[in-house]
Amino acid sequence: MATDKHGGEPHSPLTQFEIKELVPFEVGGNSLAFTNSALMMVIAVTLILMLMLLGTRKRAMVPGRWQSAAELCYEFVANLIRDTVGNEGRKYFPFIFALFMFILFGNMLGMAPYSFTFTSHIAVTFAMAMVVFIGVTILGFAKHGIKFFSFFVPPGVPLWMWPLMIPIEVISYLSRPVSLAMRLFANMLAGHTLLKVFAGFVPALGAAGVLPLAFVGALTGLEFLIAFLQAYVFAILTCLYINDALHLH
Amino acid sequence: MMERKPPKPRDDLDDRLSQFRNERDAANGRTRNTDSTNNGLGFAMRIGVEVVAALVIGVAFGLFLDDWLGTKPWFLLVFFVFGAAAGMFNVYRVVQRQGGAVGYRQPDTPAPEVSKTDRDGE
Repeated sequence: MATDKHGGEPHSPLTQFEIKELVPFEVGGNSLAFTNSALMMVIAVTLILMLMLLGTRKRAMVPGRWQSAAELCYEFVANLIRDTVGNEGRKYFPFIFALFMFILFGNMLGMAPYSFTFTSHIAVTFAMAMVVFIGVTILGFAKHGIKFFSFFVPPGVPLWMWPLMIPIEVISYLSRPVSLAMRLFANMLAGHTLLKVFAGFVPALGAAGVLPLAFVGALTGLEFLIAFLQAYVFAILTCLYINDALHLH
Repeated sequence: MMERKPPKPRDDLDDRLSQFRNERDAANGRTRNTDSTNNGLGFAMRIGVEVVAALVIGVAFGLFLDDWLGTKPWFLLVFFVFGAAAGMFNVYRVVQRQGGAVGYRQPDTPAPEVSKTDRDGE
């Protein structure tokens, strides 16, 4: 169970990110408990499945509400892939679609009061970023074999610049999963903390509390935008990385 | 430009649609994303972290090499500079071609000749 070893008071703006073990489960000293984070992931996946199953049940020529919503998501990701990768990108649609929907639903579920945002944990975002990174690297090797290393030598760079350019390119390649994970994690963490901090001002200021209250209202709208935008950015960067791996440069 | 086929039952609408899209995509490489409102914001979101991420990787790599080879400050200093340079490059590339972080040249794509109405008809 959650202990108070950090001495945090119950209304700290950071308590919302606390991982709570719902069903404790241990294997060899490692906790594999079913946590609130895992619960939210299960809810997200269930909701996505529901949307897709309900949306594809009727297959009407004139779509109803559910079908429209499902088609909207499908078209959005399909257009994203077509615009960034082109036709060869179609193979990777299921992966990118799953990634996008999972992050989107995770972010959006986090906007519900009293819920938990699993994308605000770097363990989650970094795991997803590493899947993308390793997958793209394997894809690059599978497509180009040893020629993949030419990726690290920008075209048109004179030979004497290579010792300088190659470390820079390698670092810039390795920084991809870090930036991918950090962007999502930091945005969600900062946004939700900010919301809680401003909400904390409301009772503290008494009558003047309407000011921060209005601000919280505006921030909530912004957070919804960011929740969508971060899922979009994650998906589009995955597309760009796949595009890079397919075409090198 | 192309001969009109007689209308067919709607069963093969999907086939015809995908055939049409295939032809169109093949005709102009791939279309560029120009008219998305959230593109600009999403674009801005990407830049900030790039510098930090490259710097983190550079410093981590330098510290690791120093620890391994026992050359206390030197690799850290060198890779700090490399990391900073990589971060700058990342931002430069994102701004230049709105593409991925690595690589310079945009694959030569002929200018899309698809008109606005065609694109909206998807």
